Amino acid sequence: MRRALLIISMAALVAKVHGQEGITFDRLLKTAAEPQNWLTYSGDLGGQRHTRLTQITPANVRQLEQQWVFQAQSLEKFEATPLAVDGVVYTVQAPNDVVAIDGATGRVFWTYAHANSTQVRPCCGRVNRGLAILRDTLFMGTLDGFLIALDARDGRELWKVRVAGARPEAGYAFTVAPLVVKDRVIVGPAGGDFGIRGFIAAFDAATGAEVWRFYTVPATGEPGNDTWAGASWRTGGAAIWTTGTYDPETNLTFWGTGNPGPDWNGDSRMGDNLYADSVVALDADTGRLKWHFQFTPHDEFDYDATQVPVLADVQLQGRRRKAMLFANRNGLWYVLDRTTGEFLSGKPFTKVTWTTGLDGKGRPLDVVSPTPEGLRVYPHVVGGTNWYSPSYSPRTGLFYVPAWMDTSATFVKSPVEYVEGRAFLGTLPGGTTLRAEGKAINRRLPSEGYGAILALDPRTGERAWMFRMDDVTDAGVLSTATDLVFSGGREGFFFALDAKTGAPLWKANVGGLVQAGPMSYAIGQRQYVAVAAGHSLFAYALRQADR
Amino acid sequence: MMTRMSTRVLLWAAATLAGSASLGAQHNFTPSDVENGGRLYQSACAGCHGAAGDQVPGTALRSGTFRRATTDDEIARIIRTGIPGTSMPPNPVSETEAATIVAWLKGADRLSPRGATGDPVRGELLFNGNGKCVSCHGPNGSGSRHAPALLDIGVIRQPSELSRALLEPEADINTDFRTVRITTRAGATITGRLLNQSSYSIQLLDAADRLRSFDRAGLREVTILPTSPMPSYAGTFSPQEIADMVAFLSTQRGAR
Repeated sequence: MRRALLIISMAALVAKVHGQEGITFDRLLKTAAEPQNWLTYSGDLGGQRHTRLTQITPANVRQLEQQWVFQAQSLEKFEATPLAVDGVVYTVQAPNDVVAIDGATGRVFWTYAHANSTQVRPCCGRVNRGLAILRDTLFMGTLDGFLIALDARDGRELWKVRVAGARPEAGYAFTVAPLVVKDRVIVGPAGGDFGIRGFIAAFDAATGAEVWRFYTVPATGEPGNDTWAGASWRTGGAAIWTTGTYDPETNLTFWGTGNPGPDWNGDSRMGDNLYADSVVALDADTGRLKWHFQFTPHDEFDYDATQVPVLADVQLQGRRRKAMLFANRNGLWYVLDRTTGEFLSGKPFTKVTWTTGLDGKGRPLDVVSPTPEGLRVYPHVVGGTNWYSPSYSPRTGLFYVPAWMDTSATFVKSPVEYVEGRAFLGTLPGGTTLRAEGKAINRRLPSEGYGAILALDPRTGERAWMFRMDDVTDAGVLSTATDLVFSGGREGFFFALDAKTGAPLWKANVGGLVQAGPMSYAIGQRQYVAVAAGHSLFAYALRQADR
Repeated sequence: MMTRMSTRVLLWAAATLAGSASLGAQHNFTPSDVENGGRLYQSACAGCHGAAGDQVPGTALRSGTFRRATTDDEIARIIRTGIPGTSMPPNPVSETEAATIVAWLKGADRLSPRGATGDPVRGELLFNGNGKCVSCHGPNGSGSRHAPALLDIGVIRQPSELSRALLEPEADINTDFRTVRITTRAGATITGRLLNQSSYSIQLLDAADRLRSFDRAGLREVTILPTSPMPSYAGTFSPQEIADMVAFLSTQRGAR
């Protein structure tokens, strides 16, 4: 009987998605009003990755138990954050298969399979970070340069467009979860390690027609082109591979951009190399640049600014500021005014030696350069943090960042030549190996670095607490309205911390590296927390008797 | 009976006598060609495969054996075309460039190692005799539970690195063979080979070859030792004997 009721209620929920307007943009603007759903990559358009569901609390989190596991038919890294829409969980089985899953049972409703071109060449695994939804349509970018729209009811393809210029044979690949703003779908290509010319482009959600495009590397005659020597802008990189955010008050969409190419030898691209390693604020209707802030001018360490620009209103020096919080791969975290781009503060959250600090406008001072003999630099080439989502809790006012602490690499400057489709890097930095081995094995010395979840306070600029892990982490962070923080790491645990103190409260062994961001949703009266780890997606909820 | 190692010593000698013309089994590459192959590898391949070719689980590109290829040309073809359905993409390198990468992978830059001026036959005698290397590294350098196998050490290490490992074994300890010492809250001390660690537990192989796992909460101290179980031969062997050992180890090039 109970099962029958559940099935009926699921059918009703699915009908709700289908029958009416579905997920309107107004609903995307007001995700706080329907915390049972997770409607964007970060859970909201401001990138806070914060759930307002309140069933799971510090007092009962120890009663969490696994509800279901979805095992992907893929051995690629599972980096996607699922969406949850009225009981249905949508995710991507890498590289580009979309799966609709019953959020209560883990049973699959449908799978859409995309066969990628054999020419794809993503730098770092055939990964995908997720989907976007508008009305009843799901959107996904593919490694071979397509943007695809699917019917959320049955996975039917509604349209599929090849994005102009996104040639996989030249290294372009969409790995990012798209962002929907109004009736447009916004994406940009990865490929900054192949000498692509990055861009951010918006497409009509109904047809896939391109509406606007902003090149993250300006062409000859455009403002900023003079920050690239000669023709180096043509292979300048500045890729897009982490989802941006949107501020409805200013109608600006914010995106972090990747490294300039080639990665580890900037001699051929003298200048600041705009808009690589920057956050750009674009008018969401036109794609025009409103402001930019460059974190790492003339980067030679691969310090992509491909982090989620987190939008938060914070009290700074007695004044309420519409801020942007940005924990950067370069090892520093920044607070910017998101309306103007004004630099408000910036300081290291891990050991940093590539610069001695920032000037009054946030520009790094005394920046070092790799040498032919090799120069040891902190942080490691993978960074103080990376694409893994941070979280902001409006309750605690803290900014939670997954971090690599005190890691370093030796950067060697060597000749590098551009050949289309070939990695455009220089010599791979050496030193301690901190890359994922695909398994949770750690034999490193503590002095070689460690991982942490940091709670940073934008009001004071200080670190409120640190939860230390033996191994580094590629996991995102979710904060909750009950003052919990969920995250994971390479040690293969998914865990919950006290958001106020960092005290560990619960953990589960997921048997594989957590390389994705957690999210939360609810069905009926039951709250779930889900995260991908290894090659599977795990869902947890409180034991029924404990609700 | 001639040992497998001795056969290799003779092959090494033959290769040395043949000079640079023998570099690469199927191509005549100069040392600078092979060096260029190494540069190409570091640029085009190391991002996924790692600087030493062992970053992708189950794949050790410098081991000399390949799952999907038996000849150099087959490896070169895979470099150029990729492996459909996997993360291995096609690479826009010429046939010659691909062949130089293969030559570098197979250690062609190390067939006539600069500095390996010793006598490999005498080195083998030292390895099995006065050096007592077999007591840890096993018969023929086949490895043991507490020391790495050396059967392909000539591929993965330069002569200068081998020499340093003999003279200063603690300078660069193989991460798979680090020694950890733990002290329990009850006061017991256990030393063994570190197999794994996390924030919550630690796994090791103890001196009695037992696999053991400890909850960190029950430990008073955990120390990964900066010392190596391997002794330094600086005061034991003469410079010539060190050179002979390096020459012998350089001939250890894995299954062929």
